[in-house]
Amino acid sequence: MNAPTALIAEDEALLAAHLQAELARLWPDLRVVANVSHGAAAVEQSLALRPDIVFLDIRMPGMDGLEAAQAIGEDWPEGEAPPLLVFVTAYDQYALQAFDQAAVDYVLKPVQPERLAQTCARLRAALARRDTPDGSAAAEAALSQLRALLGASGLGATAPDGPAARLNVIQAGVGAAIHMVPVQEVLYFEAADKYVRVITAEREHLIRTSLRELLPQLDPDRFWQVHRGTVVRADAIASALRDESGKLTLTLRGHGDKLTVSRLYAHRFKPM
Amino acid sequence: MTSTARALPASPWRRFAWRGLKVLAIGVGIALLFALAAPPKLGVSMAYALPITFSCWFFIDAGRLLAARWVQRRDPMAHPQWPGWPWMAGVLVVGTVLGYQTGHTVGNLVTGHNAPGLLFEGPVRAVSLVLFSLIPGVLATYFFYTRSRLATIAAQAQEAQRHAAQAQLRLLESQLEPHMLFNTLANLRVLIALDPPRAQAMLDQLIAFLRATLNASRAGQHALSAEFSRIADYLALMKVRMGERLQTHLVLPDELASLPVPPLLLQPLVENSIRHGLEPMVEGGRIELDASREGDELVLRVRDTGAGLSGPSADGTHFGLQQVRERLATLYGERASLQLTAAGDSRGGTLATIRLPVTP
Repeated sequence: MNAPTALIAEDEALLAAHLQAELARLWPDLRVVANVSHGAAAVEQSLALRPDIVFLDIRMPGMDGLEAAQAIGEDWPEGEAPPLLVFVTAYDQYALQAFDQAAVDYVLKPVQPERLAQTCARLRAALARRDTPDGSAAAEAALSQLRALLGASGLGATAPDGPAARLNVIQAGVGAAIHMVPVQEVLYFEAADKYVRVITAEREHLIRTSLRELLPQLDPDRFWQVHRGTVVRADAIASALRDESGKLTLTLRGHGDKLTVSRLYAHRFKPM
Repeated sequence: MTSTARALPASPWRRFAWRGLKVLAIGVGIALLFALAAPPKLGVSMAYALPITFSCWFFIDAGRLLAARWVQRRDPMAHPQWPGWPWMAGVLVVGTVLGYQTGHTVGNLVTGHNAPGLLFEGPVRAVSLVLFSLIPGVLATYFFYTRSRLATIAAQAQEAQRHAAQAQLRLLESQLEPHMLFNTLANLRVLIALDPPRAQAMLDQLIAFLRATLNASRAGQHALSAEFSRIADYLALMKVRMGERLQTHLVLPDELASLPVPPLLLQPLVENSIRHGLEPMVEGGRIELDASREGDELVLRVRDTGAGLSGPSADGTHFGLQQVRERLATLYGERASLQLTAAGDSRGGTLATIRLPVTP
């Protein structure tokens, strides 16, 4: 077995250096292949370097730790076990609850050596387990863990203020006019940088919000998330087709667009 | 006394029904009074006094609720259950006449008598009857009015107290934001081994900031120069964490240095600038803080070059802003203001402007 590899994503340089030093002391075999300071770099470097373990700070500029975890999980090559995730946080009570619910490992800052040693022991055991059977079982286990984490209460953007009110009409600005788009006419929503594209059968609008803020305001039975950047109205889906590589694609009623389902959400599409 | 304090705010109609029962008891009392004057006619006296009392109350109380609702529709600020005395006077007269007439008719039905109603009495007798019947109505209205007003005042006082305590707690909580505190301590822990003199400097800044935070929650004032120093401490702590991603620039003219300001008034604005302006930006940005005097006003500006107001997280800033606004309103009323605008130049970001009266 090769030396295990790790990636550290932490925006505070001192803390990143400290975590790396502590890891070197507790687990000399572990090789830190990259140190990155924001979420987007964490995703990019993880996919490029394929470390066994990724330490993710929760609060990072741009994409945060949870969003990065989701992106890594979705874009990881099919059939290969995704990396083990360890979240690092100074204080985030909502996140901690979610980690406990999803049984995801986390380390609190300031990093205590005893606690980090426990985490290292657990990681070693998980890596050993992962090496024996075929990768797909481990991959599925990692995916279901990630699913549980993302579905766990308290991680939505609006969570601290309680459940958000349901949205009935999307108000989209077009020049000086506001277009009122009833949600039942929306085919799907797609994240586009700081905006969300709202696609109806006739046309599309841009609204200035994030998908993460929009999601709690939509009825989860009617609007399904199928990718980190896509939420589709369930009764607008005509069919779900799986190709040879296992990739799942949705076709829509009355619209030519095809939507890709990430493997985090593929379990929703099974025959009755 | 204790029962009104404990009473939950039941719906107006439930309380209406409860008052109906009480009024029935008053009706029995009035009937007994009449009966004392003429003992053999107790039954007859009951048969008239009870329905008259009850229906007078019914028309007056229902009229009050309807009038209150009507008044409130025209003026949303009006009390939902009290239309005001002028309206109430009308309701009392109309309610008494209607109530007397209705109760009287019921009394006739029950007793089989055919005593003439109000309208068929002579005018003098009719007016004196109405005036007489008005007395219990006015007294009861006054009694219920005063009692519910006392209850409202007590509830308001309690509410105000709770509000003040909550505001103080929230202020403390936001300034001692756990995420900031624990991240700072985490950095401090690393620095102790790596760079002891820098660790000591950081600890001193943390101590000064914590002391100011505790003072701030006890109200009072400090000099603007002290305010700038504490903000500088806070920014220095943040700089240890953010490194090159945080650039700062503070400008305080000497002649303004001794002006009094509420402690850490600017801290939530600076924190917002960091959290919502700079933290989301991978490359970070710059925070500028300056003070100036315009006439009788002290103008404090916090400006960042961050994500700006349109960013997705702009919603989260309301909490800190609301706190600053509440503090300003408590201390200066209408004479102080806080404005949040997009910084109007090519560097982007947000500008928060506080205006305070120089002479308190």
